[in-house]
Amino acid sequence: MSTTAPVLDVQRVRADFPILRRSVRGRPLAYLDNAATTQKPTSVLEAIENYYRTINANVHRGVHELSERATEAYEGGRVRIQQFFNAASSHEIIFTRNATEGINLVAYAFARPRLKAGDEVLISAMEHHSNIVPWQLACEATGATLKVAPIDDRGELLLDAFEALLSPATRLVAMTHMSNALGTVTPVAEIVRLAHAHGVPVLIDASQAAYHMRIDVQALDCDFLVATGHKLYGPTGIGVLYGKTAHLEAMPPFMGGGDMIASVSFERSTWNVLPYKFEAGTPHIEGAIGLHAALDYIEAVGFEAIGAHERDLLDYATRQIEAVDGVRLIGTARQKASVVSFVMDCAHPHDIGTIVDGEGVAIRTGHHCAQPVMERFGIPATARASLAMYNTREDVDALIRALRKVREVFA
Amino acid sequence: MSDLSDLYQEVILDHNRRPRNFRVLADASHTAEGYNPLCGDRLTLYLKVEGETIADVSFEGAGCAISKASASMMTDALKGRTIAEANVLFERFHRMVTTPPEQSVEDMGKLSSLAGVREFPVRVKCASLAWHTLRAAMASQQKASTE
Repeated sequence: MSTTAPVLDVQRVRADFPILRRSVRGRPLAYLDNAATTQKPTSVLEAIENYYRTINANVHRGVHELSERATEAYEGGRVRIQQFFNAASSHEIIFTRNATEGINLVAYAFARPRLKAGDEVLISAMEHHSNIVPWQLACEATGATLKVAPIDDRGELLLDAFEALLSPATRLVAMTHMSNALGTVTPVAEIVRLAHAHGVPVLIDASQAAYHMRIDVQALDCDFLVATGHKLYGPTGIGVLYGKTAHLEAMPPFMGGGDMIASVSFERSTWNVLPYKFEAGTPHIEGAIGLHAALDYIEAVGFEAIGAHERDLLDYATRQIEAVDGVRLIGTARQKASVVSFVMDCAHPHDIGTIVDGEGVAIRTGHHCAQPVMERFGIPATARASLAMYNTREDVDALIRALRKVREVFA
Repeated sequence: MSDLSDLYQEVILDHNRRPRNFRVLADASHTAEGYNPLCGDRLTLYLKVEGETIADVSFEGAGCAISKASASMMTDALKGRTIAEANVLFERFHRMVTTPPEQSVEDMGKLSSLAGVREFPVRVKCASLAWHTLRAAMASQQKASTE
């Protein structure tokens, strides 16, 4: 480890996450399913509780004190997210339920009106279902074609093949920043550069990457980016869509209702300004407030410290897991973060998951909502350990002990 | 939490290691495919029905130990039974794996080794997959017999 890198005090971080003190099946919890969702620090729990205890009211409505305070807190969350991703303006931040809704919003309000028969949408072979199915639906509805950039046996995107697939027919590139199933970190800056060179806008799915590394949407120059709050140590039910102002301005609303209108009559309604045009109905107010607290927490620990800690732990976990007899790693990209996916010759991932759970270790087993990735590697499923800032070598050691038990049972 | 050895009993591990009737039945009268999208378990069931009797039965596929052992034991249990008896077995097995763990269940012989899944709700589907596939195969038989 570099001597100048800030060091993460993992015990101090752990003390901020009350759930990590509980036991599971009579053992200390080793939570290694962070790619599915992360745990929440006390500051997030308190922010949500304080909101309901002290300022609960609907936003953008009343002139009374509570409504003003609630609006302030909700909009404060938006500004926090703007800073977190370095967006040019807070009106470029649209609150959604999750990353999936953000992708669907772009698919419906941006892509569909632009797509016609013969057009193409380009994704990669390692996308989560949420970055496949909305584009399939859009293509089916418009006669466009979904193109898929291949990956190699390590799980790395084949950049040449990606570039070759960019054509005059390509209307949009939708690409993950980091694969949830393989841990691969994609060269998003290069992807955006190549796509823009062909005049193609790019949506980045940052669901996995956003809690492991800093993302600067202006430096990246992506057109859209989606993320989800519950993987950022924040609450479920709140997600983020970033879009460049010019795109968002040109797009029709996604959903109609209250809050997204400027005026309504039975003949005609007019749309509110950004970002409200895309936020119909009473929003997830405590979600925005909780996410605000979560991003504050991440920034207080700092991405440099988080990155150094997680890289060290990923190296350790990779070496330890690989050393277990009969293990084969799935996803060995050179650029990886915080995910170790594997199979064992003696046991199906589902059996691994159950036995490991009996030891207090939470991992994910299955296809990880990425069935095409499983197909690419010729396997039905994997077991996946995924790391976050509060994980320790002890968590990994607990997993290794549990994997030895798997071998005992199935040897 | 019940002990894992309740789930992974020796008889289950044995059927997982050496699944019985694990082959394609070339002269099957009826087949069906079972798929559990949650874990990717996939199996094909082959029945050779003569008159009302299951003269032979086999399966192939890939899945977890529970689904594989369950399919293996099921094929053992079905051989020589009538369709009506197979239907009764399905009902009894289904009841056994879906009865709350604190309640007692009837003894089903070797098949009772799978009663341990009741302690592991997400694994009930693994144990049931072969049996649901059996139902689909028998339904296809009825359909076929009306042609």
